[in-house]
Amino acid sequence: MYGWIFRHLPGPLWFRILTSVLFIAAAVLVLMQFVFPWLNQFNPLNDSTIGGTTQP
Amino acid sequence: MVRSPEHVDSAVGVDELLSGNTAARKRRARNRRRAAGHRPRQGFFRTLVQGLGELLITAGVILLLFVVWELWWTNIDANNAQQQALTQFADKFQGPTAPVAAPGSPPRNYGAPPVMAEVNAPGTVFGVVYVPRFGRNYSRPLVEGTAMEQLNTLGLGHYEASAMPGGVGNFAVAGHRQTHGAVLDAIDTLVPGDRIYVQTNDGYYTYVFRNNQIVLPDRVDVLLPVPTRPDAKPTERFLTMTSCNPRFGSSERIIAYSVMDAWQPTSAGPPAAIAGQVAANKSKG
Repeated sequence: MYGWIFRHLPGPLWFRILTSVLFIAAAVLVLMQFVFPWLNQFNPLNDSTIGGTTQP
Repeated sequence: MVRSPEHVDSAVGVDELLSGNTAARKRRARNRRRAAGHRPRQGFFRTLVQGLGELLITAGVILLLFVVWELWWTNIDANNAQQQALTQFADKFQGPTAPVAAPGSPPRNYGAPPVMAEVNAPGTVFGVVYVPRFGRNYSRPLVEGTAMEQLNTLGLGHYEASAMPGGVGNFAVAGHRQTHGAVLDAIDTLVPGDRIYVQTNDGYYTYVFRNNQIVLPDRVDVLLPVPTRPDAKPTERFLTMTSCNPRFGSSERIIAYSVMDAWQPTSAGPPAAIAGQVAANKSKG
């Protein structure tokens, strides 16, 4: 899969490496900024309140 | 097994050995393959397994990244937000940032403390908590509400139904043990007699830590006006802090109980033990 993507990137080798790094960085950014904060609400290890959040 | 073109190409025949032109032949063959833009064919099953493997490795890397985000990045994020909240609070705070009374003078009794009105707006920062035991520079904003939006960014959340600082009854706060600033990470290191200072716009409330207790997460009675005593009528001013237990887990809760010991108005300046930190927060504004 990744090999296929890499082979289909345009340009010379150095340019393809650069594009791949940029793609990876973008994926990490999207994960850290949007996906993980959303996923976090389902993480039970984060609950430090008594009786859940509906209780006082 | 079907031989792939690669095998055929790389096989060195007698003719080539004799001609001594192997390297050139190989290079030409490679160039031809590249120009054609396709790699040696591989079986469907092999492609499937390879793709699946790559997806699984990706999933593993993403999970690791989530752990990094949760344990490391959320702290950086929350610490920034909390520092900002502290600065904003300190900016609006009117009053001296150094003790007014001369050092060594006997503590003055200012009588019954004022109790600020209920905030009723989750997300409002209405105070700062100082715990010297957690570190000389430990100061965290006190925010209304214990929902995730508050605890995940602003640190110490005030249980909305509990008393306000200085009120007779139970002033209860929750905070994360790990992640999102880890505001109560050191809650287990409190020693009876340790002081916990709560600053509001009215003044400084000094609570003294008495004991902690480890309970199951459904024990809401620790938040009662007299903790764990449903029928008792409160006469004392409690501070109850709740956090996760064990560290990196949430199967239990650790509760720290403190009782109010002293109060001094804003005009008297901060207690000497936290004066440095109060001034530091102010000067960052």
